[in-house]
Amino acid sequence: MSMQTVADALRGRHFGSLDLPYAAFLGLRFERDDDETRLIMPYAEHLIGAPGRLHGGTVAGLLELAGIAAAILSLPDDEPLPRLRPVTVTVDFMREGLPRDVTAVATITRLGRRIINIRSLAWQYERARPIAGANINVLVDRPPAPAAPRPADR
Amino acid sequence: MSEDPVGRTAGGYLAHAPHMAALGIVFSANGPDWAEVSMPFAPHLVAYPDEEVIASGAIYALMDSTAGLAAMVTRRPITPVATLDLRLDYLRAPHPRATITGRVTCYRMTRTIAFVRGIAHDGDAADPVANMTGTFMFTLVDLPR
Repeated sequence: MSMQTVADALRGRHFGSLDLPYAAFLGLRFERDDDETRLIMPYAEHLIGAPGRLHGGTVAGLLELAGIAAAILSLPDDEPLPRLRPVTVTVDFMREGLPRDVTAVATITRLGRRIINIRSLAWQYERARPIAGANINVLVDRPPAPAAPRPADR
Repeated sequence: MSEDPVGRTAGGYLAHAPHMAALGIVFSANGPDWAEVSMPFAPHLVAYPDEEVIASGAIYALMDSTAGLAAMVTRRPITPVATLDLRLDYLRAPHPRATITGRVTCYRMTRTIAFVRGIAHDGDAADPVANMTGTFMFTLVDLPR
């Protein structure tokens, strides 16, 4: 169980689970078709905050991990996988999360070498009626470069 | 620890929410316009299996809970709140296996909106791991009291 395993699953399969501890705690699964990769948080009782409502933190976690998944899929698959570390996460909560599954999709708004800017959206009944959206800025934390010459930092 | 019965009521409410119990969130203290809540390290809260560090998403959930509690204790009587928006800046990685503590102040309250700000730290409040700002709505604002 490693980030590379998760990246391989996201890149190579059409559906599966996100095999990382916190993602597994939320019960996250993914599904991919020709257009996009969606993350799904199946309803479970431990996701409830106030009575009858999903805890906002679970939806935020789903939105953030949808962003991380989109970032992984936007990186070249022939390079070592960098650590993706969220720097800022801003979530707008638009509707209450009802006790049922949530789906989220993230899009990359800018793919930089050091920073990736991402937008995520989560919905339940209808995609056109989102329950929450996030702006996420992720630091691309690459392993130290080998001693070989490299292009000047930007 | 708090001697404030209102805060204790809200803290008990927190502890009984299934997701907060699953995160292991513990009420710590509150004042008239602030709340403090902590989340001990647990293996299921980790982001990457090779780093024993609590995931940013779990810290977000902690801060959402702490901020909601700060908004609730600031308004008397206690009124349900819903998060409108919440921003976290992750300033540094927490120390491995560290307990994360959230402390949030409700610095402005209108009839419908609570404005909150706070930090998450892993032992030293002067060296926070995250900074937070947000707004909450009082969801029962239009009902007679």
